[in-house]
Amino acid sequence: MKIITQPLATFGRYLQLMAKVFSRPERLRMYFKQYVKEMQQLGVDSIGIVLMISFFIGAVICIQMKVNIQSPWMPRFTTGYTTREILLLEFSSSIMCLILAGKVGSNIASELGTMRVTQQIDALEIMGVNSASFLILPKIMALVTMIPVLVTFSMVAGFGGAYAISFAGILTPDDLTYGLQHSFKEWFVWTSYIKSFFFAFIISSVSAFYGYTVEGGSVEVGKASTDSVVHCSMLILFADIFLTQILA
Amino acid sequence: MDLPHSTYTPPIMIEIRSLYKSFEDKEVLRDISALFAEGQTNLIIGQSGSGKTVLMKCIVGLLTPTSGKILYDERDFVSMNKHARALLRREMGMIFQSAALFDSMTVLENVMFPLDMFSSMTLRDRERRAQQCLDRVNLPDAGKKFPDEISGGMQKRVAIARAIALNPKYLFCDEPNSGLDPKTSLVIDALIHDITVEYKMTTIMNTHDMNSVMGIGDSIIFIKEGCLEWCGDKRQVMCATNQSLTDFIFASDLLRKAREAYQ
Repeated sequence: MKIITQPLATFGRYLQLMAKVFSRPERLRMYFKQYVKEMQQLGVDSIGIVLMISFFIGAVICIQMKVNIQSPWMPRFTTGYTTREILLLEFSSSIMCLILAGKVGSNIASELGTMRVTQQIDALEIMGVNSASFLILPKIMALVTMIPVLVTFSMVAGFGGAYAISFAGILTPDDLTYGLQHSFKEWFVWTSYIKSFFFAFIISSVSAFYGYTVEGGSVEVGKASTDSVVHCSMLILFADIFLTQILA
Repeated sequence: MDLPHSTYTPPIMIEIRSLYKSFEDKEVLRDISALFAEGQTNLIIGQSGSGKTVLMKCIVGLLTPTSGKILYDERDFVSMNKHARALLRREMGMIFQSAALFDSMTVLENVMFPLDMFSSMTLRDRERRAQQCLDRVNLPDAGKKFPDEISGGMQKRVAIARAIALNPKYLFCDEPNSGLDPKTSLVIDALIHDITVEYKMTTIMNTHDMNSVMGIGDSIIFIKEGCLEWCGDKRQVMCATNQSLTDFIFASDLLRKAREAYQ
């Protein structure tokens, strides 16, 4: 019975927290200051890891496609074509958000968890500040704002990785370019952006929930951080099934 | 500080009536009633686990009591709506055991934070007011430092400066001397007491520091196992006959001898 009631209770508490988060902000100027700070911390500071991972994964996908799919019976643009489809449809949105769930999600959960155990959140409450809204809303807004930028960087870096492989002589840049442009559907790019908005909301709100509701000390903060990454990853994968079906 | 006896009775600013608090089956507070007057340092004392922190959290609204009333200037805090509660909280300042400074902000930004959130002052005025508060707690040059660059005693003083930035009517201190050396503890005690008198605040302080009890205890309540066991002031403590209180206060030989000498 507990296996059913516990997730439901957790979901209920998550909804209650979100109701608090999306209530009217007290002082917009302060929220905006926080929002800009969070865009830097959650978005700009993630560009490096996104570029690096996307570049190498783009390169690896290109090699794998060339080695495993390309054959005399297949057109030469197949490698570029499949690399593009994988990067646009899944990697730059879903897989990149899974990576961000680890980097950004654990950052949010541990930051809020530490604020909770060191009574900084209590201090905000005593002052009459809606601590949930003040701390969480700018994070959600910042990540949702920055995610298209990160997705764009991921796509560009992924294609960069594929080109790096082509210049290494595994396939010709012309074949890759032709494949990347072949039967291009702009909607796939939009699909990637739309999916990433949902995933950004999941990462920021779920990890904030785990961090904000920490009770105890440093061990619980560590546990909250782990829980947030695990649950964000599961929810992203779960949401991906529905979003892919809806947007396909 | 020995004040001359006068006929002036300070107004009661906070009243607790029959407060109960339970966590699931465990009753932590039982039928607590107390009065806290303006311009006084009101101490809540008791052993660890006696329920004084829970009582403090109920008073400031971080926990909701199971039953009972908490009246701020005759306004019932427990039954207040969210908006009224938020407004009342702007009349409160609190100093936490861990100082609870925002570690991503400088000392000056920490003190300015309540002003940024709730005042309509210009940036220059807010900075001036924050600097005044830092000057008041003898930290005129600490504004640009971050909390982790200053000592524990200084962090507590910054917390005091932040708590008084909005001129609160009520000041709450949860074991402000915890983790400090005796000399710094005395400085913090003196500062809290002086500020209480100066700003005519109603101060409630949780402590088990006997120096605080003897030094600034204008009014003292003693909690034992969730019940109000004794109330009085620092003068009455010395001649109290309540066994639980005397066992708690005069636990050390030094204090026992001091009491005998006093009597």
